Amino acid sequence: MRRHTLAVIVENRPGVLTRVTTLFRRRGYNIESLAVGETENPSISRITIVVMGDEKIMEQVTKQLYKLVDVIKIVDITDKRSVERELVMIKVKADVNVRAEIVQIVDIFRARIVDIGKTSLIIEVTGDSGKIDAIVESLKPFGIIELVRTGIVAMVRGEIK
Amino acid sequence: MQLKGAEILLRCLQDEGVDTVFGYPGGAVLPIYDALFESSIRHILGRHEQGVAHAADGYARATGKVGVCIATSGPGATNLVTGIATANMDSIPLVCFTGQVGTPVIGRDAFQEADITGITMPITKHNYVVERTEDVAHTVKEAFYIASTNRPGPVVVDLPKDVMERSIDYKPEEVEVNLRGYRVMKGYNSGQVISAVELIKTAKRPVIYAGGGVISSNAAEELRELALKRKIPVTTTLMGMGAFPGNNYLNLGMLGMHGTRYANYAIGESDLLIAIGVRFDDRVTGNIATFAPHARVIHIDIDAAEIGKNVDVDVPIVGQVKEVLQGINQRLDEVTEYWEWHQTIDRWKEEFPLRYGNSCEGRIMPQNVIEKIYDLTRGNAIITTEVGQNQMWAAQYYKFEHPRTFLTSGGLGTMGYGLPAAIGAKIGRPDLPVIDIAGDGSIQMNIQELATAVQYQLPVIVCILNNQFLGMVRQWQGLFYGGRYSSTDMSHQPDFVKLAEAYGAIGIRVSREEELDHALKQALQVTDRPVVLDILVEREADVYPMVPPGGSLSQMLGGVEI
Ligand SMILES: Cc1ncc(C[n+]2csc(CCOP(=O)(O)OP(=O)(O)O)c2C)c(N)n1
Ligand SMILES: [Mg+2]
Repeated sequence: MRRHTLAVIVENRPGVLTRVTTLFRRRGYNIESLAVGETENPSISRITIVVMGDEKIMEQVTKQLYKLVDVIKIVDITDKRSVERELVMIKVKADVNVRAEIVQIVDIFRARIVDIGKTSLIIEVTGDSGKIDAIVESLKPFGIIELVRTGIVAMVRGEIK
Repeated sequence: MQLKGAEILLRCLQDEGVDTVFGYPGGAVLPIYDALFESSIRHILGRHEQGVAHAADGYARATGKVGVCIATSGPGATNLVTGIATANMDSIPLVCFTGQVGTPVIGRDAFQEADITGITMPITKHNYVVERTEDVAHTVKEAFYIASTNRPGPVVVDLPKDVMERSIDYKPEEVEVNLRGYRVMKGYNSGQVISAVELIKTAKRPVIYAGGGVISSNAAEELRELALKRKIPVTTTLMGMGAFPGNNYLNLGMLGMHGTRYANYAIGESDLLIAIGVRFDDRVTGNIATFAPHARVIHIDIDAAEIGKNVDVDVPIVGQVKEVLQGINQRLDEVTEYWEWHQTIDRWKEEFPLRYGNSCEGRIMPQNVIEKIYDLTRGNAIITTEVGQNQMWAAQYYKFEHPRTFLTSGGLGTMGYGLPAAIGAKIGRPDLPVIDIAGDGSIQMNIQELATAVQYQLPVIVCILNNQFLGMVRQWQGLFYGGRYSSTDMSHQPDFVKLAEAYGAIGIRVSREEELDHALKQALQVTDRPVVLDILVEREADVYPMVPPGGSLSQMLGGVEI
């Protein structure tokens, strides 16, 4: 069992996301992360799904997805050279005493502070899951009030000359 | 040319070669029914939308064409659901048109609004909501294309009332199908076919395990050629009955939970399983870990997702069963080698034939009824079934000679399927006698369709194997729940003879074995209305042999001489 990242290219039509998620639910496959959006071609959307599975499960996932009429193409990019990113916003407790410390952490992770409240900050960070887990761990001691993640998006790298 | 959406719909149906539709009207489909009023398409009015869907399904199974049904929005559409799920599990091509409230009020809980596309998403091959009249024509084309190609299945097309009402300038020549996510399978991997041929040539104890895919691919001819060329024994699934002639000496009958002992033993000893158009269903395999333990497996199926789903396969071949079998047959010469294997199987056949005991109550044995029906029709009839013991006895004791002559709800096991399916089958194949082998419980689930059969003067025969029990459930209670017959006694039932007569059908009660032959002959002679035979059978007869749920095929219960 390991994490697989699938890029599922689908028709940009109402209900397509439901078809995909219904299939995962019905067949008992577990979605770890899902992100969807239009592509460079407005008639096509791209769903990035992260799913746990062994080879057998992944074969079934792919074959079952291909049976959906609205699914045009599926690429398992897990073992391809690819860039994976996720955006996370974290609202963290921050009174004056600890602000400096938090700003330091934000700098180290090349994150950004996007809102400053009286007793809290909102931090935006983009990265792969390793980086995101790490910053979340570092901020935990201050007290995380709220956290939201976009889900992972991924892209295969271009050829090197 | 200016046409209403509903008129375009009917033109498109005609372009698809549809001459008969099954349906039930209502507010949201008024425009469609108005267009039907003057159309040459024949509309069969059912009495419940579930019956309508099963009738379209029976028509599809019997003819190989796409079955078409129409229901109104809301309750009409939700009443179709069991019929759609039944067709989906058995891969039957249906196109179901549902009415929908007008587009301006969709999503506002309007009167008789139901999200039928949402509801049917997991039980259809695909579904649509048509939002503009301009989309009617290409959607209908796509729906038929999807329903009937690759692995067939039901497609729902939801039609808002205003979309049907509005007129547009319709140009039939401009209708295009645009399905970049859906490709029809053609051809096969010939390397895999060669590997399969090699395995067949070196096998000592091969068995063909054939299913519904052989029938839906119209490949019975090719299957017979393969089996006869090499003298390979054939066992079929419930869905595969009729794919191989029942009387051929190579036919082992059904396998699985209520299969023959010799079919299941053959699977257990086989060194090569040639699985054709099947999906290794749990009712077939029993305990999957001990299924065909010594066999290499060739699996031929149109649906790649079926291959490797339940068992590991040595030679997977994705393709149309018909084409793949042609490819294999071309490369195989005629040799009979499996002499010892046939001897072994013959011994099993001799030692463990299908058999049943005598009545304890002086009643008719249900198995005997099926044998009588076979004697009188010899495979030249369409048999439909309800669900339960009646269904299993029909599969065990009737020898199906031709594909598309056994219509049964295999995957979903839908009680109430048999009568409406018989109506659809009779409409599609008026040349054949059509007999529903029914149970006293199941028949009451769609008995209202007798009115449909009377209205259209359809001489379908309903043989109720009346054991006054939900027999199959009672059997399991007897075997696995200490004989506690919780809510399975059905002795409170209507007088089926009077009920039939009230509908305008013929009702005949058969309470003694001597009357059976005469009653069946009488029923077979009727040409203008349905006949209900209320056959009082042994109340507590059980279906044997049996693989207990989760057990191994080699360990069957019952069906041996005591
Ligand atoms: C719609 C539906 N409800 C419940 C069941 C569960 N079930 C399976 S067989 C059976 C008994 C059927 O009784 P009957 O039609 O009299 O047939 P018998 O087994 O007695 O031949 C039941 C209740 C089912 N298959 N379908
Ligand atoms: Mg019964």
